[in-house]
Amino acid sequence: MNAPLGALDRPNSYIGRSVSRPNAKRLLAGRGRYVTDLVLPRMLHAAFLRSPYAHARISAIDLSAAQAMPGVRLIATGADLAKLCKPWTGTLDHFRGMKSPPQFPLPLDEVLWAGQAVVAVVADTRAQAEDAVEAILIDFEELPPVVDVDAALEPDSDRAAAGLDDNLCFGLKLDSGDVDAAFAAAAYVVEEEFHFGRHTAVTLEPRAILADWDASEGRLTVHHATQTPYQFQDLYSRHYGIPEASVRVVAPDVGGSFGMKLHVYHEDMAVVGLSVLAGRPVKFVADRMESFISDIHARDHRVRARIALDAAGTILAMDVDDVTAIGAFSSYPRTSAVEGNQVVRLMGAPYRFRDYRAELSAVFQNKVQTSQYRAVGHPIACAVTERLVDMAAARAGLDPVAMREKNLIPDDAYPHASPTGYRFEALSHEKCLKRLTVMMDYERLRAEQAELRASGIHRGIGIASFVEISNPSPAFYGIGGARISAQDGAIVKVTPSGEVRCLISVTEQGQGTETIIGQIVADQLGLPRERVRVITGDTEVTPHGGATWACRGAGIGGETALQAARKLRENVLSLAATVLQAKTFELDMRDGVIVDLMTGAERISLAEIARIAYFRSDTLPPGTSAQLSVAHHYAPQGYPFAFTNGIQGCHVELDTETGFVHILKHWVVEDCGRIINPLLVDEQVRGGVVQGLGAAFFEECRYDGNGQLTNGSLADYLVPMACEMPDIEIGHVETLTADTALGAKGCGEAGTAAASAAALNAVNDALSPFRASIAQIPMTPTRLLRALGKI
Amino acid sequence: MKARAFSYFRPATITEALTVFAVAGGEASYIAGGQSLVPALALRLQAPERLVDIAHIDALRGISLEDGWLRLGALTRHVEAHDDPLIAAHAPLLALAAPHVAHPAIRNRGTLGGSVALADPASEFPAMMLAMGAEMEIAGTEGTRRVPADSFFLDLYQTALEPGELLVAFHIPAAGPEHRCAFDELARRRGDYAIVGCGTMLTMSGAETSSARIAFLAVGATPVRARAAEASLVGRRLDSETIRSAQAALAEDLDPPDDEQVPAAMRLHLARVLLGRLLGSLAEAA
Ligand SMILES: Cc1cc2nc3c(=O)[nH]c(=O)nc-3n(C[C@H](O)[C@H](O)[C@H](O)COP(=O)(O)OP(=O)(O)OC[C@H]3O[C@@H](n4cnc5c(N)ncnc54)[C@H](O)[C@@H]3O)c2cc1C
Repeated sequence: MNAPLGALDRPNSYIGRSVSRPNAKRLLAGRGRYVTDLVLPRMLHAAFLRSPYAHARISAIDLSAAQAMPGVRLIATGADLAKLCKPWTGTLDHFRGMKSPPQFPLPLDEVLWAGQAVVAVVADTRAQAEDAVEAILIDFEELPPVVDVDAALEPDSDRAAAGLDDNLCFGLKLDSGDVDAAFAAAAYVVEEEFHFGRHTAVTLEPRAILADWDASEGRLTVHHATQTPYQFQDLYSRHYGIPEASVRVVAPDVGGSFGMKLHVYHEDMAVVGLSVLAGRPVKFVADRMESFISDIHARDHRVRARIALDAAGTILAMDVDDVTAIGAFSSYPRTSAVEGNQVVRLMGAPYRFRDYRAELSAVFQNKVQTSQYRAVGHPIACAVTERLVDMAAARAGLDPVAMREKNLIPDDAYPHASPTGYRFEALSHEKCLKRLTVMMDYERLRAEQAELRASGIHRGIGIASFVEISNPSPAFYGIGGARISAQDGAIVKVTPSGEVRCLISVTEQGQGTETIIGQIVADQLGLPRERVRVITGDTEVTPHGGATWACRGAGIGGETALQAARKLRENVLSLAATVLQAKTFELDMRDGVIVDLMTGAERISLAEIARIAYFRSDTLPPGTSAQLSVAHHYAPQGYPFAFTNGIQGCHVELDTETGFVHILKHWVVEDCGRIINPLLVDEQVRGGVVQGLGAAFFEECRYDGNGQLTNGSLADYLVPMACEMPDIEIGHVETLTADTALGAKGCGEAGTAAASAAALNAVNDALSPFRASIAQIPMTPTRLLRALGKI
Repeated sequence: MKARAFSYFRPATITEALTVFAVAGGEASYIAGGQSLVPALALRLQAPERLVDIAHIDALRGISLEDGWLRLGALTRHVEAHDDPLIAAHAPLLALAAPHVAHPAIRNRGTLGGSVALADPASEFPAMMLAMGAEMEIAGTEGTRRVPADSFFLDLYQTALEPGELLVAFHIPAAGPEHRCAFDELARRRGDYAIVGCGTMLTMSGAETSSARIAFLAVGATPVRARAAEASLVGRRLDSETIRSAQAALAEDLDPPDDEQVPAAMRLHLARVLLGRLLGSLAEAA
């Protein structure tokens, strides 16, 4: 289906070009408009009193002193907001047996994690609201917190929330083939228990929301730093009983999201109700401390896994048990089970084997909810698989590269069905591996490693193949009953002076969505890029669509834009043909001018066509339909997901006396199908790698035995910084998906998917002369010194 | 979070500052570079009613060399410790430590006086004052006094400064060619507070160490001098055996706290590794 998109050398051939981002200059110049920047007339500010306990009953609330404080306009409790807002439950129908306690904007009588918002204060300034929060008196009756996952699963365990029969949110078993027989017949079995820490997104711009309820019209406008305006329009409408058409959600400039800004947060829901109660606009911006204790966290898995091999080192079977701790609620509306589901389905994904068994347990505990964050489930599945593959290689006496050459799904073996239930259209593991070994100069690195070991310098080389999920169809959420769209919509229109505007449902949080959409539209129309303006993020303006998550912006949003632009081009050329008394198929548009297709001779400008259509339709033959605006929707129809793949390499030096690791270099070869903008793809991959290396070495939300987060600040929670990050070299293989004309798949999660796995393998490689190993991330100096037996 | 409301004063002289502080009756706080105080205000960890901004008091500035002593005004910025040639020549430990203190934006504002008055045990400059044998010049309503670094750091965030007293200047015995100095630390990320750090200043006579001062940061409630390790060096050549005995002696000097992230044994281990590497580099430089 991949019609040629045109050669790179014709005018306006923007697809495949590293063009710069039109919005970058504006943001650099400080002209961005984030929610924090917005000031509305009569606007008030909200602050929240938060639970100091991980689990407690609220016995009494005394607001009298706070109500008398200067500037205070409104104080609301859970009971006040429950009168306005219907509760929600974070389950999906296709996750059978899943349960979760109902959630209210603010709790009625029980707090379930330390940091949960309990009472809202609305005042003239944020400082006044915070002053009043300090004057609120609450009697909490402490309850035993559930913090340890193994204890949580004991039948007589305390419950993370009242009303739960047990602490299991969701359990899933997969079983294909005959795993027991495969393990019984195996020449080798390798197994390991892995621990993956909790971490969190740490977006540069924190969560921010400004709700404006206008009682005179019964209209709600919410300015919201979100990835998914339509999802929130639907949720605010249904939970507050406001007709959908009377709810407008605007996502202005958004400073990073990484999946964190598409979940329902209690404060955000509360702010809508606070605006209704106050009859005034109410703003809430999470500060950094609040972000750490209320943004979703991610990962937190304990995985026991083993693989069976034959004597030649061929992988036969895999057996996995994943216990993941998800916090006190399953998040809404996407749940906290998608991560675990993807962990058990992505296990072993790059490899050819038949027999697979997995068990997943998503467990409640009294901590912040975990949920979807960049590369949902991928890094866990990848690290477990790739570490086991390295261990297996060592057992079989094979080099890690040879081991992969032997076991990766061959490039000519597609379509391929994985034993975990996925169908792969076309992947390129072998090509990627070849490319990577060349880029790394793998043999030389190994020789250098051996030489340096002799002088006490311990370097490690790790590689990790991965599969990434992108372009999700309705099989992802729609099927589970969530009103989350898998399709996107675009309106492309010509202005009277011959410029083009594209209003599209995918959104921009800094990754360059608007840039690539503009490239596609300009390319397909035959227009200078500067004459296309892309508008996103306003439910009042753009068509309904899924927006930005799960690597769908380029693959689905891009295809939507492409199809819409092609339709508009047809309309323009057909109108031009009428005006010029030519045939549509004899015409083309180049650089905004309608030309003769064969000779390239200029016939008439787009601006002139637009002038005639808008102002002199009287000069057109009767019955001419001048349609210079096109609305178009596109939903994925072929494979339920467009899987992508790639491989990463990591080179580290381990200081065996201090346990410190210096990351020397990182390589990625990835295959996202059609590359629309190489610069943006590379930067997506680099950013993703940095987040993966953050998980591997630095980032961890640490809790004490009472369920208190002990490092909830940027001084104590270590995000990866430029000084510690290596050079990241990127190569590409392009295997287009045949499901779309564009052929693009996602690339935003590729970096994160395998960076921690490659790092884990590299560090273990460095540890190998000491017969030491590590199966836990982040790999801190403390853990490494323990692994080395130095402490 | 937003700071609680406070009143703000900007005195021009030391006397004025002491007075403005005193009349607040204990509810005041000096502010210099603000790099530690402002975050504490914003987090509402501290909420003084009155801020007394000392950043405009000229008497608290200046870097000068007189009679073998380097005088640094309390308002000397971290960036000056990083760049100033007099400091590089005569208080090299400050210059060596400066690049490890936070990041340029913070070093541009943070002052040595603020860092030492705060006395965070994980801070570099307080430990270096100890390693250099600096003396602190302190002004109070009763007059001015000088306190040697060895008796300045009393406990966690506690110093010889009485409430309302001002740190005016540091007097540092000027280092010369007979001194060999080394600093390093182990921090998870560049610019972070370290897990452990160490400054070492040896006086050499010929191939032998005639005196030694070694101070560690982040190993206890205050910056800590490693006196047993120092003693093990004196009168000996700086060879690998001597270095090993200095490393071993740290067991007597250091009693690091145990925390889950960094167990006591790990800190002691890292302190030894660090000291070994520093002394090794000084031996090589010889
Ligand atoms: C992100 C970040 C990272 C940092 N990393 C490090 C690091 O790695 N190492 C490190 O050592 N520090 C670090 N710091 C702290 C920094 O060095 C501070 O600047 C320093 O601790 C305080 O100096 P200041 O002038 O800013 O003092 P202020 O913040 O103004 O004051 C600090 C305290 O000292 C008191 N004070 C200030 N001057 C005087 C005086 N002359 N007499 C009496 N009392 C006085 C104040 O009342 C206050 O209690 C970091 C800070 C930040 C924000």
